[in-house]
Amino acid sequence: MESIEQKIRNYIVENFLFGDETVLFNNDDSLSENGIIDSTGILGLVNFLENEYQISIKNEEIVPENLDSINKIVRFLKTKFESMTIAS
Amino acid sequence: MSFSKEALKIDAAAETEKITRWMRQNVGRQFHKQGAVVGISGGIDSSVCLALAVRAFGHDKVLGIAMPESESNSESLDLARNLAEQYGAKFIVEEMTGPLKGFKAYDRRDEAVKKVFPEFGVGYKSKIVLPPVTEKDSFNVFYLTIITPDGQEKTKRLPLTEYLQIVAASNFKQRSRMTMLYYHADRLNYAVIGTGNKNEHEQGFFVKFGDGGADIKPIAHLFKTQVYQLAEYLGIPEEIRKRTPTTDTYSAECTQEEFFFRVPFEIGDLVWLGMEQEVPVDEIAQAAGISAQEVINIQNDIKRKMRTAEYLKMNPLHLD
Repeated sequence: MESIEQKIRNYIVENFLFGDETVLFNNDDSLSENGIIDSTGILGLVNFLENEYQISIKNEEIVPENLDSINKIVRFLKTKFESMTIAS
Repeated sequence: MSFSKEALKIDAAAETEKITRWMRQNVGRQFHKQGAVVGISGGIDSSVCLALAVRAFGHDKVLGIAMPESESNSESLDLARNLAEQYGAKFIVEEMTGPLKGFKAYDRRDEAVKKVFPEFGVGYKSKIVLPPVTEKDSFNVFYLTIITPDGQEKTKRLPLTEYLQIVAASNFKQRSRMTMLYYHADRLNYAVIGTGNKNEHEQGFFVKFGDGGADIKPIAHLFKTQVYQLAEYLGIPEEIRKRTPTTDTYSAECTQEEFFFRVPFEIGDLVWLGMEQEVPVDEIAQAAGISAQEVINIQNDIKRKMRTAEYLKMNPLHLD
């Protein structure tokens, strides 16, 4: 099964790099500072995460701390899943 | 000497001399044009550009064009007309509502607004805004605000598709104005003056091939607070200098601060200048009267916008 990390990487490569896997960036690289994603892209990423993982991302959660690298996104999602488990 | 707001002070007389000489040289010898058209909105930037153009080329070689449409602020037209009269520039009004209806600009925008707020209809107004920069670093994610006929405000975060459609439809306004400016420039053999300041030009607060479409941009190197200094020197009327800068794009009144810049100009300009001059964050914070964390967040915001603006400023690419 595809890991969360791989799924997010695939989304980014497909949607922002036209599938060009020769563009190298590691899981800790800033997506905005490396010119991979801009603010419009962030909006797309938020839509993708909400639909893919059936979560609701609050306005105050749309911050670099949660979304500016693959590892940050993975950590953020895990926190969201945990809070959903606790709530249910 | 420590860093302070004094660092934004310019010698307005010397700056005016430098700009107008540069305008004459380029419009004349470089472009081979015989005058200039300036779209004037009643705002500070276009007013300063008109005044500079009159100084550079002479009042009889400058055409000021007001281009109101049904959602424009009603005061703007009178301010623009009075300004042109004060400087002795030629002046015409081109009403843009018809062309915009031809493009279905209003319908296309409102269709997207209704997808977010189904109750949106006759008598409602709308605008899109960015939240202010705070202690927490955040991305530039736009919100849609509607104002009901009884004055109630409702705000929601914009989904991607609707955000893109609202912006795309609104951009008809700037692009149709640009087309009109070039019509008059072409028929008179004049150049089109771009009225963007440094904040707009460098951070991408303009529409590509819209208000960004011009031959020469005389104030694109000046911070907004410096444009005000030039305005005072050039004698721009106080009623224009005292107006709050707005987008004049959305049906609801929308300041430039809430739409795009996210901080007051007197703070944003100082923080930006400090960043350019590599002034330590603490020193900038003290000068601007904000926290060090806010300085960092404002600088991050400016850097992100400047990266986005690179595409807007780019000419079409081609292979050699």
